[in-house]
Amino acid sequence: MTAAQETRSPVLHGTRPGPVAPGGVAHAPSRAARAAILGTIGLLFLLPIVAMVEFTLRKGLGGGYDASRWVALAQDGLTGQYRQVLVALGNSVALAVGTVLIVLLLLVPTLLLVHIRFPRLRRVLEFVCILPISIPAIVLVVGLAPVYSLLSRLAGSGVWTLAFAYGITVLPYAYRAIQANLDGVDVRTLSEAARTLGAGWGSVLFRVLVPNLRRGILAAAFIAVAVVLGEFTIASLLSRVNLQTALVVVSKSDPYTAVILSLLALIFAFLLLLLIGRLGAERTRPRRRRPIGGQP
Amino acid sequence: MTRTTVSTTKAPTTANPGMAPAARRGTVVEFSGVSRQFGEHRALAGFDLTLHAGELVALLGPSGSGKTTALRALAGLESADAGTILIDGVDVSTLPTSRRDMGMVFQSYSLFPHLTAGENVEFGLRMRGVVGRDRRRRAADALALVGLDAHYDRFAHQLSGGQQQRVALARALVTEPRVLLLDEPLSALDAKVRVGLREEIRRIQTDLGITTLFVTHDQDEALAVADRVAVMRDGRIEQVGTPEDLYCRPASPFIADFVGLSNQLAGLVRHGFAEVYGAKLPLVDPSQGDGAVLVAVRPEDLELAGDGPDGVGPTGVVVATSFHGSLRRTRVRLGDGVVVSVQHGVQVRTVPGERIRLRFCGTPVSVDAVGIPGQRVMHGGEYGNA
Repeated sequence: MTAAQETRSPVLHGTRPGPVAPGGVAHAPSRAARAAILGTIGLLFLLPIVAMVEFTLRKGLGGGYDASRWVALAQDGLTGQYRQVLVALGNSVALAVGTVLIVLLLLVPTLLLVHIRFPRLRRVLEFVCILPISIPAIVLVVGLAPVYSLLSRLAGSGVWTLAFAYGITVLPYAYRAIQANLDGVDVRTLSEAARTLGAGWGSVLFRVLVPNLRRGILAAAFIAVAVVLGEFTIASLLSRVNLQTALVVVSKSDPYTAVILSLLALIFAFLLLLLIGRLGAERTRPRRRRPIGGQP
Repeated sequence: MTRTTVSTTKAPTTANPGMAPAARRGTVVEFSGVSRQFGEHRALAGFDLTLHAGELVALLGPSGSGKTTALRALAGLESADAGTILIDGVDVSTLPTSRRDMGMVFQSYSLFPHLTAGENVEFGLRMRGVVGRDRRRRAADALALVGLDAHYDRFAHQLSGGQQQRVALARALVTEPRVLLLDEPLSALDAKVRVGLREEIRRIQTDLGITTLFVTHDQDEALAVADRVAVMRDGRIEQVGTPEDLYCRPASPFIADFVGLSNQLAGLVRHGFAEVYGAKLPLVDPSQGDGAVLVAVRPEDLELAGDGPDGVGPTGVVVATSFHGSLRRTRVRLGDGVVVSVQHGVQVRTVPGERIRLRFCGTPVSVDAVGIPGQRVMHGGEYGNA
């Protein structure tokens, strides 16, 4: 029997067992239902944003609308009295990067190690990783305060140190995202296959496992960035400046501008997540054409 | 040592003209007293086996007999608690997997999902520092060897199960490994693809002359492709020999049970013969001492003899009959309640309730003097998967 005689997989033929709606997954909602669901959810998200925009366009107590505050902010830029917001934004982005790095460099190898070599520790690891979700931020800060006082003496009180606390805050979400991906990939067999082909552990990790965990890692990165950009409590209580604390300061003197800055921060976060998504998009095509001497 | 280059430009259905004939090649592998314990379970208990150069040895055994552990120990994926594993006389027991130079095909689909078929095959070459054009050419040649050169740019999810295992085979062979390890590579495939692929594996293995260890729980598969079959039980080799040896001269009723179908009947050994239901049958092992034994009689070593009153052999009542294409099998309940299976031609028809007489053909039988727990008909499938 030749390879061509074999039956192709269902994926190749685009068929699946059971009733399948034309062009879709079995029991998938109709196009209209999907549009209704997405429209409703979109409206729910859009309403507060529209309200924010409306608020920033108000003239004052006299009524009416104009874009004077937007124009003023655009003319002065963030170099004047709002320069602190720009600094805070930089802090938050740096913290987001730091937190993502902590998650990726610590959590991913640990999860893989437990999954491949110490599967019995999986429950323990899950408990440890999920634990922070049950601890309120204020309690976390109380516990972290003495650690940070020691850290300040050893490494200074730079805002970057917040990344450690954020790493803990993000841990439950990142764990779930990566673990869900791990459960869907036969990591053990893939790593064994790579090792029998001559790959060392470094190659196994970076050439085989990480590319196949891309989706989970990306989701973890998304969550980490979103949490860090929106975090206020820990930064405020530990007296560090990030985007959210800076916005609160601005809102005390100029609530309109604070809302404009919040809107800009939202757009920035959206674009950042879009960029991460594009960078991590999965490969669906071969890298290059046919090999030398290959058949057409 | 001469290495064979995995290189071809022709379709795979015939022996590859681009390759050298299967003169020597392959390496000698020796397991010596290898043991491995998992908690309370002893997976390998002083496992000894030698694979000759260019030979395909099938490891066959029931679930938990240790066959996969033996293969993984050779690959370096499991460490041995005791014993040595030699490849061409060199102890590789402490060598990491990545440096053992093995090719392995796994039971589950193990292609890297993020790479195309061609890139999967290139992977091992990339790890060995083979660059650019040469790497791609060799990967394309290896894919041609398994008939999938036109699938170079397909991802794993775009291939059928059989095609994925072919690519895995090409990936394992492209680096010209010293030993090829096959860990139940066909068990996830449907019956027809399985038969086709096992013949192809055998063809390629013979062409390349690569020493191969093939783990399977499927006796048909083992008998069909192997030069020798090693049957394992409780972490040890129970019998090793050619497929014909195992089937025709099983060393014990366990082997007779596991390899093929056999009736386990209570009997007696006296003066070098097994006596069962009044028949005197020669022994596979004539040195067997006298005494009560369990006799393994294959269904094809029994025949229907009609129910005449003057016949010789036990009589019984037909319980069931089944059609198997080129033969029929009839189950007969004997007078003492024991049910035996008889194999006969399709032109002979029996019906349940019919009274018939059986006759022993006189083929040598294997016996087991260790206890007689009860007579029954057993076959390899009853042991389940490894």
